[in-house]
Amino acid sequence: MSSAVVPSTSRAWSRAFADLTGGWGQRELWGHLGWQDIKQRYRRSVLGPIWITISMAVTAIALGILYAGLFGNDLAVQLPYILVGFIVWAFVSGCILEGAEVFIANEGLMKHLPAPLSVHVYRLIWRQTLLLAHNMIVYLIMLLVFPQPLDWTILAAVPAVALLALNGAWVALLFGMVTARFRDLAPITQSLVQLMFFMTPIVWIYDDLLNSPNPAIAERARLAEFNPFLHFIEIVRRPLLGQDLLLRQWVIVLVITVVGWLLTLVVLRRYRSRVTYWV
Amino acid sequence: MNVSASSPPPIGITTKDACVDFPIFDAKSRSLKKTVIGMVGGNIDSDAKVPVIEALRDITLNLEHGSRVGLVGHNGAGKSTLLRLLSGIYEPTRGFAEVRGRVAPVFDLGVGMDPEISGLENIMIRGLFLGMNRREMEARVDDIADFTELGDFLRMPLRTYSTGMRVRLALGVVTSIDPEILLLDEGIGAVDAAFLEKSKKRLSELVERSGLLVFASHSDEFLRELCDTAIWMEHGRVKQQGDLDDVLRAYKGGA
Repeated sequence: MSSAVVPSTSRAWSRAFADLTGGWGQRELWGHLGWQDIKQRYRRSVLGPIWITISMAVTAIALGILYAGLFGNDLAVQLPYILVGFIVWAFVSGCILEGAEVFIANEGLMKHLPAPLSVHVYRLIWRQTLLLAHNMIVYLIMLLVFPQPLDWTILAAVPAVALLALNGAWVALLFGMVTARFRDLAPITQSLVQLMFFMTPIVWIYDDLLNSPNPAIAERARLAEFNPFLHFIEIVRRPLLGQDLLLRQWVIVLVITVVGWLLTLVVLRRYRSRVTYWV
Repeated sequence: MNVSASSPPPIGITTKDACVDFPIFDAKSRSLKKTVIGMVGGNIDSDAKVPVIEALRDITLNLEHGSRVGLVGHNGAGKSTLLRLLSGIYEPTRGFAEVRGRVAPVFDLGVGMDPEISGLENIMIRGLFLGMNRREMEARVDDIADFTELGDFLRMPLRTYSTGMRVRLALGVVTSIDPEILLLDEGIGAVDAAFLEKSKKRLSELVERSGLLVFASHSDEFLRELCDTAIWMEHGRVKQQGDLDDVLRAYKGGA
């Protein structure tokens, strides 16, 4: 060992990438743990993980009826819209909220087992993906009750969900690292995510407001374009409801994906080795 | 964790002037202006903006394949932190550390165990945590079940187990693996005498299978059984390194 290597190599780019690929190599571990997390939540209940599906169905039906009544919309329009919006939002908010806590929550494991940071992130994203899959059952049932004008564009939902997961991974990694150091960010994140639920067209229908006869409302609705969550929800919701795909939304999501990962890689390179000290 | 280049280098751990400093963000006692050196624990440097515990200082070690190293020292001398440095959990804040080989850290028998799932499922999870894969663990389940003598209890959730039964299960899994680098922290208690004899045998077999052992313990008997060299830690530094008997004599003499 020559003395030339004495300066710590902890901050090398290769170590940051090795964390991501090394974690991916431990698929068996986080795959198993992700399933375990889901089964764990419903252990000893008779219906088990089907409760995920049921609670999503109850929420979507109740809110669908409520808002269809309030906005004077047809239930066949409002309910599918709310349901799909809710399913996607559950995934997005789960990735952000649990992402902020991902390293703090795994403190015990991190201090006892040498594993790449990304293992905990992959486990989280996998768990959220499994929850999403359970919720998609409600969507399939809904299709029977309220058939949608689907065509081949529904296939776009697959890469859209993949993009969501890819973004969930950088968000969890970045927020997890930063929150491990600055604990005040956890409550801030919680409040912001709750706020974003109302700011994002999930219960209110964006297109209706854009086409509002009142020009002031239509103008204000345009502001929603600045909300990045709108685009993440829309790229999944539009194909699932048989609406046209909008290139603009995909481009915005792709740009956010690239910029987010670049930022996360910079932070990962700089602070990866510090996270165990912070939790 | 494998931190290896293209061709797998020989198993070993190299550190050079490695330091581990813990920032303590919630320590409000800023009145400690000077570095305090106590009998117990590392140095606390409170001149920095965030108080820092200097847990390890200038650790330079070269452990190679075949090493059987015992780790002695007072409580808080840095034994557990050193094990975490050697496992790659803590990367040195200054200096250099390289771990070559698959590490199986056994610091706490209970880590990764889930009280709500069955003994069998816990065997699988604990094995995956120790770097084994699913297939390797399936091949070992019968052997572990035999060793633990838990029988049908393995299908019961772990929360129904007594403390001793949990230790049996954990020891069964830990001693069934094939580690390249084995890092053991003591804490193997609460087992009945007959079972302890049996686990000692498995433990020494495990040590023989592993390429490199570092074992922190207060028990001379255990150390002599498993190790041939030793490191004496004091105030986060290596006070002495060498033949086990020499180090133990110096440690006991000075203590």
